Amino acid sequence: MHIPDGFLSVPVWGTMDAIAIPSVALIAKRAQREFDHHRIPLMGVMGAFIFAAQMINFPVGNGTSGHLLGGALLSFTLGPAAASIVMTAILATQALVFQDGGLLALGANVFNMAIAGVLAGYLPYVLLRGKKAGIFLGGVSSVLVSALLALAELFRSGVRMPSAALAVSIGLFVISAVVEGAITLAVMQALERRKPGLVPRPRATGALAAASLALVGAGVFLASQLPDGIQKLALQTGIAARAQAILRSPLAGYKLQILASPVPARLLAGIIGLFVVYILCLGISRILTLSREGA
Amino acid sequence: MSLIVEVRNLHYTYEDGTKALKGIDFDLEDGARVALLGANGSGKTTFVHQLNGILRGSGTVIIGGLPVTEENLREIRKRVGLVFQDSDNQLFMPSVLEDVAFGPLASGMSAEEASDRARAALDRVGLLSKADKAPWHLSAGEKKRAAIAGILATDAKLLVLDEPTTFLDPPGQRALVELLAGLPQSCILVTHDVKFAGRLTDEAAFFDDGRIAARGPIAEIARQFEW
Amino acid sequence: MRHARVERWSRGNSAIHRRHAAAKILATLALLISIASLRADAVAACGLYLILLFMVAAKARLPLGPVFRSAAAVVPFALCFAVLTALAGDPARAVRLTVRAYLSSLAALLLIATTPMPDLIAGLECLRAPRFLLQIMQFLYRYLVVLMEEASAMRQAGAARAGSVARLRFRQAAAAVGVLFARSYARAEAIHRAMLARGFEGRIPVFARRSFRLSDAAFVAVAAVLVIGVRAV
Repeated sequence: MHIPDGFLSVPVWGTMDAIAIPSVALIAKRAQREFDHHRIPLMGVMGAFIFAAQMINFPVGNGTSGHLLGGALLSFTLGPAAASIVMTAILATQALVFQDGGLLALGANVFNMAIAGVLAGYLPYVLLRGKKAGIFLGGVSSVLVSALLALAELFRSGVRMPSAALAVSIGLFVISAVVEGAITLAVMQALERRKPGLVPRPRATGALAAASLALVGAGVFLASQLPDGIQKLALQTGIAARAQAILRSPLAGYKLQILASPVPARLLAGIIGLFVVYILCLGISRILTLSREGA
Repeated sequence: MSLIVEVRNLHYTYEDGTKALKGIDFDLEDGARVALLGANGSGKTTFVHQLNGILRGSGTVIIGGLPVTEENLREIRKRVGLVFQDSDNQLFMPSVLEDVAFGPLASGMSAEEASDRARAALDRVGLLSKADKAPWHLSAGEKKRAAIAGILATDAKLLVLDEPTTFLDPPGQRALVELLAGLPQSCILVTHDVKFAGRLTDEAAFFDDGRIAARGPIAEIARQFEW
Repeated sequence: MRHARVERWSRGNSAIHRRHAAAKILATLALLISIASLRADAVAACGLYLILLFMVAAKARLPLGPVFRSAAAVVPFALCFAVLTALAGDPARAVRLTVRAYLSSLAALLLIATTPMPDLIAGLECLRAPRFLLQIMQFLYRYLVVLMEEASAMRQAGAARAGSVARLRFRQAAAAVGVLFARSYARAEAIHRAMLARGFEGRIPVFARRSFRLSDAAFVAVAAVLVIGVRAV
């Protein structure tokens, strides 16, 4: 998932650097407000902790093992702004010390994993108020979002794959996302057992909502590159024909028929999609709490 | 004879309610050395963290005539040099020289002055050749000496060493004894190692459950408490 | 650990090592940008860049074989994508991808192999990267080896108890990570206390920084000329 140099086209890595650099500066300012200079050693050591934690193997069956990636865990334990900065420090260190990930591509990797991935991991956690499902989904979505964004950037840069390979890639992403969810949940439970109350309860903030909107906007824009591959895959597997028949909703094909120009239409569709997801999650959590009180 | 440390009726309770110090009275004369003995959890480390204001309990703590209060913290921390048990936590800068220069720089000296001081301190502990090395390239004994150099560079009047022989092999311990024996500063040694303490001082205080149970010659204390 | 070798290379002494980190970073970025925009038919340019990097490595007195081999670590990953792209009908792009990946990796490796990490961080500060982030990187780098050694010890201790059921091992691994987390958190608190004890009040003092000299500016200028010159050929 760390994109090396030489893979992305100039417009893509250029754009991602242009997005990532001011974003990191802004997030750094925010993190400084929440976590002042006295917490710099903590954030640095937590960054080193992630490297160390990645050395611990988690068996996932058949002799293979996975390891913690850590974006979601950091966002739960440090809050999203600090987690973003720590992830940025980790990615920069990986590029500069281990040659894991390119230098020009650092902007893209930072956006995918330190910004989008951290936010995507934190949202379910906050929406589901820190419950187990929120932790698991946070782990899943942080990895899935990062991986899909990376794939979209590669596609936008002209990298092509046969649909079978695309299906396998997405399958692998889903598997590693689920593994991350399981590992993150297991680690959070281990932490809670060791010292209950070590991890603070999550707080939703306005800035978080604004950032999520920006995230979705950018994500949808990039993901618009993916449907070419997905559509080919869908055609080949015959899903597309059935889908067209079933889904005559206004959001089909990510284009609101009302608006003519494609890009704003996709953005708007993405934002509406986010609100739908948010309301769904709120609804689910309400129902869950109500049923618990009723029981 | 002036006192470098004067503690009266010191109490401290941790956030979770544990009473760590239950009325400590303690004096140390300028230039003297004393060992603090006692079981884990008896309050030794909690006590020494009160001497430079990292923890603040109720009662009086006076260092070289200056009471430990919020306003005096900066000056107090120049006078008290605390050497932590794990040298890796103490050598937190990227290179040995930068770390030893941290104290002087933090107290407002120029980079040149701080660098000179740091080099002099490293020379004193015999580590000048390692000045530009990263801390993880040093042995445990060298790290301990580098930590002490960091204290010497700030002109501390009181050295406090918390379990200095942990992680040290016998040659490392001998080198440490030699170094400490030659330093003129007052010294408080928190340690489990009675033999090590005995090579540096004749006096010990025994901590038991947040109180000082006895103070006197090391040999007697060791016998009395079967240490 | 692989990075230990590169760290050793970075502590060498040569005309390249002695240049200011910011100058080297700028030169490397210029080269990377040029490589990223190479077209499929630019065989001569690729060859010239390879020769240029060879000369830099030689001038930096680095062991040439190991350096060129180490940069090839990216090639298997690149080949995967190259093969997929070729299969999807674009073989020219596949070749371009692999060549660009290798050249970029080599350029970045030469930067890292001639500049120790603390200097790299100082160079980034010169280039106006946020200091908050750089100080975090400084502490991260300082404690990277320490924490990885702790994890390594845990891994070995766990391996000694191997043979248990996979599900148990999953929970054990989670517990190990939990222990690492708690230890790291406690260590961070101890570090903070050590900093306070030595007069830390919120500002990490900046030690003497190397100034950007004329020779460094000349280095950047020469590098820019060479990078652009190759493209003009």
